[in-house]
Amino acid sequence: MLSRVANRIYWMARNMERAENMARLVNVNAHLLLDLPLRVQVGWRPLVEILGSEALFENRHDEYDERNVIRFLVGEQQNPSSIISSLAGARENARTVRDIIPREAWEQINELYLYARKYLQSAYGQRGRYDYLNAIILRNQQVTGLLAGTMSHDTGYAFLRAGRNLERSDMTSRIIDVRSADLLPGEGGLTPFENIQWMSVLKSLTAYQMYRREVRLQVRRPDVIAFLFKNPLFPRSIYHCISTVADCLAELPHNEAPLRHASHLQRMMSDVNPDKLDQQGLHRLIDDFQQGVAELDRQITETYFYSVAQEQASV
Amino acid sequence: MTIRWKDYRTTGFHDELMRTAGRPRDAARFLTHWLSRLKDDDIGERKAAAELAIQVMGITFTVYNEEGGSIDRAWPFDLIPRIISKQEWNSIESGLRQRVRALNLFIDDLYHEQKIIKEGIFPRELIANSVNFRKQCMGMDPPLGVWAHICGSDLIRDRDGTVYVLEDNLRVPSGVSYMLENRKVMKRAAPELFEQAMIMPVDDYPSQLFDMLASLSPRVVEHPEVVVLTPGIYNSAYFEHSYLAQQMGCELVEGADLIVLEDDIVYMRTIEGLSRVDVIYRRIDDLFLDPEAFRKDSLVGVPGLFRAWRRGTVALANAPGCGVADDKVVYAYVPEIIKYYLGEDALLPNVPTFRCNDPDQRKHVLANLDKLVVKPANESGGYGMLIGPQASKRARSEFARLIRNDPRNYVAQPLITLSTAPTFVDTHVEPRHLDLRPFILSGDSQYVTMGGLTRVALRKGSTVVNSSQGGGSKDTWVVDTEES
Repeated sequence: MLSRVANRIYWMARNMERAENMARLVNVNAHLLLDLPLRVQVGWRPLVEILGSEALFENRHDEYDERNVIRFLVGEQQNPSSIISSLAGARENARTVRDIIPREAWEQINELYLYARKYLQSAYGQRGRYDYLNAIILRNQQVTGLLAGTMSHDTGYAFLRAGRNLERSDMTSRIIDVRSADLLPGEGGLTPFENIQWMSVLKSLTAYQMYRREVRLQVRRPDVIAFLFKNPLFPRSIYHCISTVADCLAELPHNEAPLRHASHLQRMMSDVNPDKLDQQGLHRLIDDFQQGVAELDRQITETYFYSVAQEQASV
Repeated sequence: MTIRWKDYRTTGFHDELMRTAGRPRDAARFLTHWLSRLKDDDIGERKAAAELAIQVMGITFTVYNEEGGSIDRAWPFDLIPRIISKQEWNSIESGLRQRVRALNLFIDDLYHEQKIIKEGIFPRELIANSVNFRKQCMGMDPPLGVWAHICGSDLIRDRDGTVYVLEDNLRVPSGVSYMLENRKVMKRAAPELFEQAMIMPVDDYPSQLFDMLASLSPRVVEHPEVVVLTPGIYNSAYFEHSYLAQQMGCELVEGADLIVLEDDIVYMRTIEGLSRVDVIYRRIDDLFLDPEAFRKDSLVGVPGLFRAWRRGTVALANAPGCGVADDKVVYAYVPEIIKYYLGEDALLPNVPTFRCNDPDQRKHVLANLDKLVVKPANESGGYGMLIGPQASKRARSEFARLIRNDPRNYVAQPLITLSTAPTFVDTHVEPRHLDLRPFILSGDSQYVTMGGLTRVALRKGSTVVNSSQGGGSKDTWVVDTEES
């Protein structure tokens, strides 16, 4: 497989996954706000902080209000992580590898982008938002299913799954971070609401049902953290995502360095002790993990795409 | 309101579907009958189905926008196919095979002994001044002796029904993917028509192309590595490059994916390291192919590629230098070229062409500038032309000056009135002018597409069929009336 093509498949998958998770991220916050008592001042700013995009945001907007943040995260092309930018990136990548992926997958990705652009306005109103974001999520799942069912599970597919799962692990950690960020004061008799919030985190990851089957108790912070970080079976848990990346790497040549680092991240997750994590600690852990993801990405790039990256840098 | 063929005007043109108002040609009868039974709503539905298919299939051509990104524009498509009877097609096909055979012999001769020049049939100065002659190719023996492996020849039909070759595209002819996709769109939009007539299939082009390319491999191996070389996603024909690679199951490579090492062998960069390449279907012009051999500033090429080709370690299709026969002055000599190499008369006529390098012909051209179309030798896409009957007096005298200064660079032809075919304008039909580009493959054997790409000028009265200038396309049906 051409290095350049592997690189583009990897980024196609990362972009698709990012769009899906951005939709989940916006959804979780929107639902959270509806459930909280009016006197609690939570806002939209944490979403931008979690993505580390404050500077870019403040360049474009004065206020972290609902309207601006949603526009920034969903529809603005100048934000490289917005849903529209991610889908445009996925489409551009898919376009350049459409001799590799099944034709229907390209058609679906193309359609998804056209859909997202055409109905963008409906994401800005409260009424149409859920349907819009949900459609982005479901159509992404459809592409994932289509690829799983029609693309040979070959090297290209390994890069696809590696990209998707690396991105997913990163975004899952960010969605958890929405909660650990300074949304709510730690005291003040809001405990009943805290559980509601963890529940919405689970729901935003379509994890609620699976969590209930696994845990069978009421929704509690440590259990949720354990489930989303360490569960080996739930496909959006960080441990599961990183294990999948490791499985993909195992199929590829010259995999020593990236594989070693993936195991390191797996260990990092197994070692998490949710009962001992306060909000600060959780936030730090997530930060460390995200740096680890960036490092794994760097190693994959160096091992498999390096000649391409070098070439592009020199042009 | 339905389509009323009695009101369809064909006066002054040859129409591809209608003999005269209300009277369809034999091979088109089933189609015009079907069309005349469609209500406005049906037409709307069929058009919507076609448009949806085009959008979903992502059939596009690329237009640049100001922000540096590319916009894909959907390919304008007309729902009414152009029909050619199988019988007529058979004779056109023989003419194309003959023509391309002769052109390949001509190119091979030019890069070897130049017998055609020595025997006084073809003037030496035409080669000396040709921008597409590559002296670096002298003495080269490409695999099977073939230079132009893929040729796209443009055909037009005059008002008396004669089919002429307007030009031969031997460098990197494009459009075949639209031919293939148009058929798929028609099958989605009007499937029942395919049960009513014997419409010859076109889908085997990619496998024919692959077999031809594989036959060029310098290494005798079971699975030669064939790749498609594209300048990249910002090229206007990128859709086609990617499409063909996908349909053939080969790698689509860009210049940066390939490297030529000290051993003069071409490798591609893969995740496992370097891997040898045997055949390159290149969609990059000669001059950008290799900065070592041609233009030093090429960013899309591969340094050393030409060297590897000369050493015979890799095959290039089309071969560098084959564009020498893709020149409007050379075109004027094609009937003589066919006669010289094959000892046969040309089966398909050229549009009568006056060569300005010949003093008598030049005199005739200068005296009749108001009746002729003047074309520069090496431009394509309709640039730098004078259409005499429509030009101002000033433009004509400007061209007279250009011709006197550089006679070798100009040819002139009478204005041919392109044939028409019924084309949808909203829900009614009007005649629109069109041409046809069939594709001819040459390797260890020859293959000609069934029909080709029909391009249609969508603006009333226009004869400009280029997609960048208001042109669209139609599916092309070669219909066997004897079978059905």
